[in-house]
Amino acid sequence: MFERIWNLAVKEFIETFRLRRRVFFIFVAPVIQLFMFGYVATMDVNNVSVAWLDYDKSQESREFARRLEASGYFTIKARPGSSKEIASLVDRGEVLMAIEVDRRFSKNIKKGEPAQLQVIVDGTDSNTALIAMNYVVEITAKYSADKGARIGVRQDKADFRQRIWYNPDLRSRNYFLPGVIALIVMLTCLMLTSMAVVRERETGTMEQLMVTPIRPLELMLGKTMTPALVGFIDMLMVTIAGVLWFHVPIKGALSFLFLSTGVYLLSVLGIGLFLSTMSKTQQQAMMASFFFFQPAILLSGFATPIESMPLFFQYITYVSPLRYFLVIVRGIFLKGVGFEVLWPQVLSLFVLGVAIFLLSALRFKKRLE
Amino acid sequence: MSLSRMRAMARKEWVQIRRDRLSLAMAFALPAMLLVIYAYAITFDVDNIRTVVYDRDGSVMSRDLIARFAESKYFSIVASIDSYGEIDRYLDSGRATVALTIPIDFSKNLHTGRSSTIEVIIDGSESNTATIAEGYIAGIADAFNRSGSSGSVRPIIDLRNRVWYNPELKSRNFLIPGLIAIIMSVIISLLISLAIAREWDRGTMEQLISTPVKPIEIVTGKLIPYFVVGFADTVMSVLIATLVLGVPLRGSVLFLLAVSAIFLFGGLCFGLLISITTASQLTASQVAMLTSFLPSFLLSGFVFTISNMPTVLQGITYLVPARYFVSVLKGVFLKAVGFNVLVLEVFFLSLYGLAVFLLAVKKLRKRIE
Repeated sequence: MFERIWNLAVKEFIETFRLRRRVFFIFVAPVIQLFMFGYVATMDVNNVSVAWLDYDKSQESREFARRLEASGYFTIKARPGSSKEIASLVDRGEVLMAIEVDRRFSKNIKKGEPAQLQVIVDGTDSNTALIAMNYVVEITAKYSADKGARIGVRQDKADFRQRIWYNPDLRSRNYFLPGVIALIVMLTCLMLTSMAVVRERETGTMEQLMVTPIRPLELMLGKTMTPALVGFIDMLMVTIAGVLWFHVPIKGALSFLFLSTGVYLLSVLGIGLFLSTMSKTQQQAMMASFFFFQPAILLSGFATPIESMPLFFQYITYVSPLRYFLVIVRGIFLKGVGFEVLWPQVLSLFVLGVAIFLLSALRFKKRLE
Repeated sequence: MSLSRMRAMARKEWVQIRRDRLSLAMAFALPAMLLVIYAYAITFDVDNIRTVVYDRDGSVMSRDLIARFAESKYFSIVASIDSYGEIDRYLDSGRATVALTIPIDFSKNLHTGRSSTIEVIIDGSESNTATIAEGYIAGIADAFNRSGSSGSVRPIIDLRNRVWYNPELKSRNFLIPGLIAIIMSVIISLLISLAIAREWDRGTMEQLISTPVKPIEIVTGKLIPYFVVGFADTVMSVLIATLVLGVPLRGSVLFLLAVSAIFLFGGLCFGLLISITTASQLTASQVAMLTSFLPSFLLSGFVFTISNMPTVLQGITYLVPARYFVSVLKGVFLKAVGFNVLVLEVFFLSLYGLAVFLLAVKKLRKRIE
């Protein structure tokens, strides 16, 4: 039995790597994806372009502008002369934010009266707008506190010291890149597995395989060995590039990463086999993988928090292997935790994987007979 | 160029599209599905941040502070703990994102007019959530400091925030308009990349060549039916977005549809070009996926702000047609701007469409000869 599986696996291996196009697809495409994600996928907000309309032109207002720019989040890109100009700047998207300083800004500060700052934000990109607004609030609070301390008006009663754990600089790259492992392993392995089976059907060699003494289960195992190997290699590639090139910290154990990738692959390969039973051509298999993959990423917590989803969608995420694997890889990379903390995820992933694999095996067997 | 030959070509293609029920169904089901998932499940809005509280003071004042967190919709208190060690456990396992520690002398200090330090620990591994949480905490801190026993303190700076275009900062309004561009580029290039490659795969290209039909007639004839499907897709997406999902469409619908048509034309020509170049269905759809989905998802400004990318990538975005279409969509939907503001975008889209069309015709002519 093992010999038969082994022989099939060797045949698959040769077949997979014979085509230069496929080798490209397996090894180069992930690297491109990784670099795209590494450089592009950032929700960090900096370089917010600001239009600065200063009706006061005092030392105080200039100091505020200086603080705004010194924060590193804002760049003053335009100094319009009137409120009307602001409208056109924001409309054309040349600036994301406009700040209007009241005529009596400095006078009021000196008198201890509230000095007015009008902030206009382009809310089209809701996330950036929210974060940029928070930054302005923080800068203003700091400015107020300093001014207040100087003229003796106010002292904060409760002093909130915020500390960030695991990712102290709040780099979104650290958040995204570990997730990319889950993504790339899934995409590559899904397509490889589903296409490997359908290829035989399309070229008519499935009949030849069937007349050999190989059994359905052996066929499945033999067919999934190469994709599994590729999955591990892709995982390793992304990890190495992420750590060495993008300086994403890896605090946990590499061995645990390997182990959990293995458990994750169980589900991925199972889904791949399942999709192969539904497709007649490699073309369809690819489309099916892609269409499965889309909602699977969206409903996994890859980019947006699951807790913010409506309850109905939250329930759906429970059957997504990505959901559990994402928690695991982020835990390993950023928190440095291992099995002792992540065992519920590993267990869920394992149960899910076995279930999916069995389901596919049943369907696979039926399709063959 | 003869109109009747072109019409015949278009009719033949139309029959073929109609026969491929599965692809046609997918062309309409996928956009609807993606719109719904994005609208309901994908939200960058952060609320219900899981928070644990370590209240060492246990006084009226500390409870007042905790109540402020519990009452805001942004935080939900999942547990009260009674040791520092438990903070580690909650954050490590991801059961909580924020931990508040109120010191033992909190109320005593406040009563005697001294300031007291509250320790806030935030899990930074989800950098975006953490950044937003930071802002919310600062807001609560500010409100707490202004209120209460020591008499209301007048703020030194009266900050007035106004958000334009998307005043509630709903991420749905941010995502859905841009999503239409993504959906269209993917569907279009997938469908049409099969259109010419299929003729090669089945060997019917030779038959076509032996007829008097010219390359330009083949290209336009193939384009027309897919254009109809694509345009119907666009109209459907716009209808779902506005009527079902409640995204405001403030600008001119006519202008929106006109630009969509231009974008559609460019996308279709690009799909044809891939299809002509690769001459195999499988390769065609793989290439289409890599060159249309990834760039339009990552490099169009759909989610990830272009000004945050490294300069080289920012340069590349100018070559991605979806970039221009995304600005048009966001502009028309949310900002109600029209041709006078978006003239450059329209120009580039038209230029791109024309260039790819000519290239496709030329390539096909060469291939046939």
